Amino acid sequence: MPWDVVAKSLFIVVVGVGVFAPVVTWVERKQSAVMQDRIGANRADLFGIRILGLLHPAADVIKLIFKEDVVPHGANRALHLTAPLIAAVAAIVSFAVIPYGGEYTVGGTTFSLVAADVDWGLLFIFAVGALAAYGTVIAGWASNNNWSLLGSLRATAQMISYEVTMGLSVVGVFMVFQTLRLPEMVHAQDATFRLLGFLEVFGWVDPLPAWSDWIRLPRWGVFLQPLAFVMFLAAIMAENKRPPFDVPEGDSEIVAGYHTEYSGMRFGLFFMAEFIEVVVIAGLMVTLFLGGWSVPWLSSERIVAGITPLFGGGFANLFCMLVHVTTWLVKVSALIWLQMALRWTLPRFRYDQVMDLCWKILLPLSIANIFVTGTILLLIEGTR
Amino acid sequence: MLAEYSGVLITLAIAFLLAGGLLFAHIRLGPRRRFDEKLEPFECGERQIVSPRQRFAVKFYLVAILFVVFDVEALFFYPWGALFTELGWHGYWAMVVFTVPLVVGLLYEWMKGALEW
Repeated sequence: MPWDVVAKSLFIVVVGVGVFAPVVTWVERKQSAVMQDRIGANRADLFGIRILGLLHPAADVIKLIFKEDVVPHGANRALHLTAPLIAAVAAIVSFAVIPYGGEYTVGGTTFSLVAADVDWGLLFIFAVGALAAYGTVIAGWASNNNWSLLGSLRATAQMISYEVTMGLSVVGVFMVFQTLRLPEMVHAQDATFRLLGFLEVFGWVDPLPAWSDWIRLPRWGVFLQPLAFVMFLAAIMAENKRPPFDVPEGDSEIVAGYHTEYSGMRFGLFFMAEFIEVVVIAGLMVTLFLGGWSVPWLSSERIVAGITPLFGGGFANLFCMLVHVTTWLVKVSALIWLQMALRWTLPRFRYDQVMDLCWKILLPLSIANIFVTGTILLLIEGTR
Repeated sequence: MLAEYSGVLITLAIAFLLAGGLLFAHIRLGPRRRFDEKLEPFECGERQIVSPRQRFAVKFYLVAILFVVFDVEALFFYPWGALFTELGWHGYWAMVVFTVPLVVGLLYEWMKGALEW
């Protein structure tokens, strides 16, 4: 048994599913309460201790487990049970390829903080995201309910449409970093570039004054591919079917969409999958566009080199690891906050608006982004 | 080689244990008080008027066909994007030649109203 891999997988699943996902359900209630000038969840208590309603997620899980298990007449029992399982498993497995730390050497052994360091990291996330669509389709069909069927049809069309734009909008990022391996992508972002450097590269101002060397930005995807950042965020949020893209479960139109006939933990798994996916989205956006675990303007070599003379190499690497994992957690939390703020700010789109956004705006824009990025990259390459 | 995959497999096992365990606990621990009205599919208080096993709008099939075309296109973009600077201008023009027919196809769908909902 490769115990180090088990430990790494367990860590990311515990952080993602055990800590972040429940806290996200709490954030959803509390942040909406703050944004709407309410108090929000604060009732669940353990021996009189309430800690701002943080016990609500635990109370939810207990409640959902002890609910009655109801399968409606005429439903396909096997598929009705499989659907939430597919949704939840697909959401959790995505964590395997998300790097939450770089490479460190402690006591002669080198290890990297990612459960599966694979060439096809990003492709794996897309593949698993496509599997999640099966969960909703099967749920809608197996329930023997008209609302469920309508919801799952909407969900299918929306998810497969946005899968295309999701895939095409990040191609620019591969082109810039020249890899599909997520840890390598983060490593490439652990650096800075001169903001005015392009003037020199194209020979418009040569040489640049010395002060321009100080104006540096982290080499993050969001600065190199700003349009891709916005498009990918929109596409992946639509893929997760959360508001403002929640037409498949639009409560005011089709009751609860594909999970109308689900209750108890069967519903709970769909609910969990949605919140786990919020965390996965945050982790993926951080990895692709916000430099993952890297500290802006402070590369890992500089952290290690700064600490080593004082406390030795092993401690320096451990300290660096701690700083990186903390940075990663902070960045992921920030993106979760962003998604929640969007969710509680925008009203639900109409279905035609959702599909128009995908096929008529994001798809042409992402294809244009690929070729504009390509032209610029090759022009820069040509000056070398 | 296989060591790379072990992380994915172990995470998959953890995911199955977690989700399956929760479902199993729910099915075992919940109360069982069933009667006909409770088990009826929800239809705003009515008996089901039409069967959910019915035909639905052809639009959804159309989107599925469009998806196949463009997702295969996207698949060709991934390896090309990851090797972009090595391929240089030759690869760039090759991809332009590959993309133009697809963009023309998209425009045709658009003009024909296949993207209207």
